[in-house]
Amino acid sequence: MISIFRRPASSPPPRRLTLDILRYNPAEPERAPTLQAFTIDEAEGMTLFIALNEIRAHQDPSLQFDFVCRAGICGSCAMLVDGRPALACRTLTRDLNSHITLAPLPFFELIGDLSVNTGQWMRGTAERLQTWIHAVDRVSIDEIEAPMAPELAEAIYELDRCIECGCCIAACGTAQMRPDFVGAVGLNKIARFRLDPRDQRSDEDFYELIGDDSGVFGCMSLLGCHDVCPKQLSLQTQIAFLRRKMARLGFD
Amino acid sequence: MSHSIDYTAPQPLRPSLPPDAAALPTAHPPSSVRPSRWPARLDLLQSLSGLLLALFLIAHMAFVSTILISPQAFYTVARFFEGAWLLGRPYPVLVSLVAASIMALLMLHAWLAMRKFPAGFRQYRAFIAHKNRLQHGDTSLWWLQVWTGFLLFFLASIHLYDMLSQPELIGPYASADRVWSGGLWPLYLLLLFSVELHGGIGLYRLAVKWGLFGGKTRARLHLARHAFSAFFITLGLVTLLAYIDLGREHAPRAGERYQPPSTSASHHH
Ligand code: HEM
Ligand code: SF4
Ligand code: SF4
Ligand code: FES
Repeated sequence: MISIFRRPASSPPPRRLTLDILRYNPAEPERAPTLQAFTIDEAEGMTLFIALNEIRAHQDPSLQFDFVCRAGICGSCAMLVDGRPALACRTLTRDLNSHITLAPLPFFELIGDLSVNTGQWMRGTAERLQTWIHAVDRVSIDEIEAPMAPELAEAIYELDRCIECGCCIAACGTAQMRPDFVGAVGLNKIARFRLDPRDQRSDEDFYELIGDDSGVFGCMSLLGCHDVCPKQLSLQTQIAFLRRKMARLGFD
Repeated sequence: MSHSIDYTAPQPLRPSLPPDAAALPTAHPPSSVRPSRWPARLDLLQSLSGLLLALFLIAHMAFVSTILISPQAFYTVARFFEGAWLLGRPYPVLVSLVAASIMALLMLHAWLAMRKFPAGFRQYRAFIAHKNRLQHGDTSLWWLQVWTGFLLFFLASIHLYDMLSQPELIGPYASADRVWSGGLWPLYLLLLFSVELHGGIGLYRLAVKWGLFGGKTRARLHLARHAFSAFFITLGLVTLLAYIDLGREHAPRAGERYQPPSTSASHHH
């Protein structure tokens, strides 16, 4: 190659990003919630995770937000990005305007700034919906497990991809109005255990857990959950399926 | 092969109950009290009542729009529902009966759907804030559905009561006089928009709620919803205009009934 003909890579100057971040610490209730603006230079392939860390490292060490895996696996970093629930670590700044507003997920207990306690709610929901295998037959650990058809294992695994990030709850109009609603994450878990042949609960048992207006019949099919789930779980299909199964029990 | 390790490791986290599990206390009380089946029935009834209303709406529009063909066509349809073809002479009370059943269906549907309205100021504010923050189509649509539904409480009831109490006053001139000389056209205009939007959104919601056409068809369902509302609002507007036209023309003789050509001919004898 004749390098002299190669034009120097004329990279345009990086965008200046303005991040308006909702600041509030429940431990200091006398300080009212405020939107604080931070400006940074956008970098190649920058995610909100990177942007927030840069702000914390160079501008304000007191900024609170959660991260663990920074790869969309742990579900800690969900927040409202321009009003929409999303994982900060999976959100590229180049997909956003240069003016970005960040706020904590609504619905969950606020720890401070962008950090919310999804874990406590998720645990409560897991206990309420008993999201574990209920087997009556004793499992012998000396015998080979009963094989499972690969398609079934695949289907269960598909629903198991939920990372409990809480985006679906934050996007759910029903949950905003009725805090006892189990939400898409809860319903999806029921769908997952209902599929699992090792779980010997019947639809009657599941009806006991979700057969009312705080369960599947409370869902108004607004589909916010479906449209924001960062794992692209097919929540609409799962909820509609459960609704049909549970509605059937009304007539037996 | 150490397949057993898979099972021993998570043992404390995933309790698998021993065979005599029934005797053990479980996290939820054993279901000696069967949970009520009513939430399931009510949910289905809400959808079913909405569906029946929507089907009625479609049929209803087909009947009233026959005025676009000719006053005679609408006259024939109106008389048809009075049953003279079957019972020998017209019974307007049959129309009252239909209106009463639709009224009952409407009340059932409204009573069931009302459960979903925001209850109280806190829920109301929470939903508005959420809707404005999220800017999400289906969420905003629900708000439109709530408000059009709320309007229908009044608009649909007024119209139905009219039909119920004066079933004999349905006909090209009687209806046109009601619309124009009776001054009801603003009500019909508002009713048209509310009911077609509400019904269109409602049918869409039925499809996604029960997963009627599989999971991956939402874009097409939205298209169908738009087509539904647009088609019926247009047809409704043109029909309403036809009644207004006829009503204005007939205003000097308001109250006079339409005579089909054959009977008016016999009158001349
Ligand atoms: C008094 C008048 C009415 C009120 C107050 C009302 C209210 C509502 C509300 C709030 C919903 C949402 C329910 C939900 O999200 O689960 C709804 C659903 C629906 N409405 Fe109405 N409505 C009325 C009349 C009508 C009429 C005249 C029609 C006929 C076109 C209709 C058709 C539907 C349908 C198909 C649904 C979907 C049902 C479902 O989601 O389960 N409604 N209605
Ligand atoms: S269902 Fe989706 S949005 Fe909801 S918690 Fe799981 S991964 Fe997050
Ligand atoms: S579909 Fe149901 S669970 Fe999902 S956002 Fe809507 S109301 Fe909530
Ligand atoms: S940091 Fe784990 S999902 Fe974003």
